[in-house]
Amino acid sequence: MSKESFNSDVVTIRFSGDSGDGMQLTGGQFSENTAIFGNDLNTLPDFPAEIRAPQGTLYGVSSFQMQFGSRQIFTPGDELDVLVAMNPAALQVHLSDLKEHGLLIVNTDNFTSKNLKLANYETNPLEDESLAKKYRLITVGMTSLVKTKLDDMDLTPKEKARSTNMFALGLLYWLYERDIQTTIDFLNKKFKNKPLISESNIKALKTGFYYGETIEVIKTTYKVGKAKYEPGKYRNIMGNQGLSLGLLAASQNNDIDLFFGGYPITPASDILHDLSKFKSFGIKTFQAEDEIAGITSAIGAAFAGDLAVTASSGPGIALKGEAIGLATITELPLVIINIQRGGPSTGLPTKTEQSDLFQAIYGRNGECPCVVLAASSPSDCFEMAYQASKIALEHMIPVFLLSDGYIANGSEPWKFPDVKDLPKFKINYVKDGEDFLPYERDNNTLARKWAIPGQKGYEHRIGGLEKADGTGNVNYDPDNHHHMTIKRQEKVNIISNFIPDVEIFGPSSGKLLVVGWGGTYGSIKSAVTKAHQENLSVSQIHLKYLNPLPKNLGEVLLKFDKILMPELNMGQLLSIIRAKYLVDAKGFNRIKGKPFSANDIFKEIKKHLEE
Amino acid sequence: MAITEQLTKKDFQSDQDIRWCPGCGDYVILAQVQKVFPKLGIPKEKMVIVSGIGCSSRFPYYMNTYGFHSIHGRAPAVATGVKLANPELDVWVITGDGDAMSIGGNHFTHVLRRNINMKILMFNNRIYGLTKGQYSPTSEVGKITKSTPMGSLDYPFNPPALAFGASATFIGRTIDKELKHMGSMVEECSKHVGTSFLEIYQNCNIFNDGAFKNLTDRDVKSDNVIVLNENTPMIFGKEKDKGLVLEGTQFKVVKIGSDFSESDLVVHNPRDRNLGLMISEMTYDENLPVPIGVFYKEDKPTYEEMMINQLNSASKKVDLQSLIEGPNSWEVK
Repeated sequence: MSKESFNSDVVTIRFSGDSGDGMQLTGGQFSENTAIFGNDLNTLPDFPAEIRAPQGTLYGVSSFQMQFGSRQIFTPGDELDVLVAMNPAALQVHLSDLKEHGLLIVNTDNFTSKNLKLANYETNPLEDESLAKKYRLITVGMTSLVKTKLDDMDLTPKEKARSTNMFALGLLYWLYERDIQTTIDFLNKKFKNKPLISESNIKALKTGFYYGETIEVIKTTYKVGKAKYEPGKYRNIMGNQGLSLGLLAASQNNDIDLFFGGYPITPASDILHDLSKFKSFGIKTFQAEDEIAGITSAIGAAFAGDLAVTASSGPGIALKGEAIGLATITELPLVIINIQRGGPSTGLPTKTEQSDLFQAIYGRNGECPCVVLAASSPSDCFEMAYQASKIALEHMIPVFLLSDGYIANGSEPWKFPDVKDLPKFKINYVKDGEDFLPYERDNNTLARKWAIPGQKGYEHRIGGLEKADGTGNVNYDPDNHHHMTIKRQEKVNIISNFIPDVEIFGPSSGKLLVVGWGGTYGSIKSAVTKAHQENLSVSQIHLKYLNPLPKNLGEVLLKFDKILMPELNMGQLLSIIRAKYLVDAKGFNRIKGKPFSANDIFKEIKKHLEE
Repeated sequence: MAITEQLTKKDFQSDQDIRWCPGCGDYVILAQVQKVFPKLGIPKEKMVIVSGIGCSSRFPYYMNTYGFHSIHGRAPAVATGVKLANPELDVWVITGDGDAMSIGGNHFTHVLRRNINMKILMFNNRIYGLTKGQYSPTSEVGKITKSTPMGSLDYPFNPPALAFGASATFIGRTIDKELKHMGSMVEECSKHVGTSFLEIYQNCNIFNDGAFKNLTDRDVKSDNVIVLNENTPMIFGKEKDKGLVLEGTQFKVVKIGSDFSESDLVVHNPRDRNLGLMISEMTYDENLPVPIGVFYKEDKPTYEEMMINQLNSASKKVDLQSLIEGPNSWEVK
């Protein structure tokens, strides 16, 4: 039987299995390979909060979804073209997302009566003819094929079975006509000191690839052409990686030491992990005893002259609240990163949400304004971390940088900059011999001067009690407190002179403007792009600077008849925009712990245009 | 620094009015610190004093060094950041019994565990002064205060024993009224390389006046306090006629004379951890005198020393641009 090769411009696939099945690694490898191949892509890892949930359970299912294509990709995709299900639980959880006639690849070896029961199947769904009618079902005994292939290797049966994910990866590589070499290189490097393990994984990978080639069940392979990119150098990047590199670049490019104080928390810990690998650059990472010590140690480091950073997620940020007030009143530079997750309380630790905007803008005692920035995608993280550091240091002010679980763990191609082209910071250091008062301000930024311990003749005291402007002495005078409260607000407001205007995607006026911020960028962009294809009068703006807001925002909002604001919260930015600009913006809100589907936003756009 | 200009007490006095209550023990501690600091040979621009919240924590405002009055309980963490950012700075933490033992208990124990080279002076007045008189974690059981009209129910912390539990490498105690002793203890703290913890019994004349009366009143103090000196037998008493011997694993007070001579007494060795633990346990024992002096000291690599070693030994495999580029980049023309 002859095989055919089809061209496809965009594909969404999902690997799913037990949390111990290695689905994240499999997905990560496929995305890396896809990026190098030259497709555009966007990924969505989704895993349980439990590290090793009991095997075979529905809540123990881990998955990795990605959309890739020869055109621009902004989201991990809505409906699936391909679903790989390594066990019954994965099939049960994910089948409803697979398109009709989509490709369903199943590892039959895990369809035991015990696993079927755990997945709430009374009978084996693979034996039900309707499955094969609705989908293109490929059943493979992956585990036993792998075990047979590795028969002569000196490994335990369990160790052999552990390579099964590589079989699935190999099969998908074959399906999309890929070169498996990137993964062979990866495995050789990862298991450098365990040659048997790397060999077994490579064998399993090849077995999967050749299985596709040999058997005639899968009749077609797919070719997804290279995407058109702007000229430049690219790499694949995950959000948290981008943040860490951006902070590192801010430090190295501006001759200032980087101090990171933090406490492990999902999904922010990777920043601590990444930065701790940069010791050769002099980067200091301090794993503190708690969230409060994470930020207060950073504040101490800022006082002593470092670029100080802390990172956490919502619950940790709540604990840091009092200290953020201290950094605000002492007017010290500080970068506070919040990788948002589902809340309140412990909430959904591994799922995404953007419900900490109010917390960032308002969440402290007293009038305590902070600068708030938000990254919009994994490839935006580097720049936003660099910008957050720049504003903190140039304006002597705490800066929040919001990301979320989706951006943090998702990946996409990133056109990375040449560090030489990045802007240099203008930090308001006290020069030796200069007059100094701790709260004397720069006319343009209102930033106070920075005298650093060790600098002779500039000994001074700061603290959490209200200060007299200029001298910085403790002061309880009513008029002074009024004055200082206004100054701290003006310090934030004035930053609108230093940030870019908001850019409009689509016509600069029209019927509907879709306003978003943070990790919803891709879904909104896809939906608006689709609307443009249907000649609908829709434009998009995406806010990366949330406090202060860009100067031209008010003007832009007034040019549209209607405003729609999709948010993964109950309408936090919506409240702010409505209050500040007195516009009748409408919210579109989902709080499900996962990104918007582009299709849902598209439908909402149509609804508002038809109303 | 090779040559240090000779500083005086005056160099360490700031221009701020001191706002403690008249008669507060904090005044004499401030005066002693200002007197001792010029002797330490450390340029004052390298000194950073960090405090938390409470009466004692106003201290940095009155010292003409770099200073940071931070938030309640967090001074050890802020000071950690200062020290790690610039290990050449000489970092002091001023705290109180509420600040260090209660709201800041976590940071207090962890900084000791890490052995970061900083000096912690804890003013212990066994009361909350700034909030106007509630019992503290070092108040005695049954303390009648505004928040405990029928007496407090919780057992107090024994700060040196807590410090031992956290593996502190320098543990000492002094009393506000013992000016000379306090001065020498501050100097000892400064000399130690690692975290130094000095508990200073301090009288709050407004909310807990006389808390340490039996340790400070001229006619009784010698019988109730034992001053620890290295390599010296443990003698105390107005007539220097009492001493401590070991009976099994317990200290016992004996009279020096016919039954016991000086050579029978325990000789203080601040490097003996077990002895130090026993000394700290004397604190609340009614049959034993209250010890002051250096309970324990130990040489151990500091956190920042090890941090610097790691930073120096981390080999630079790639430059920044290559790191940003990563191993799998591609170019689009």
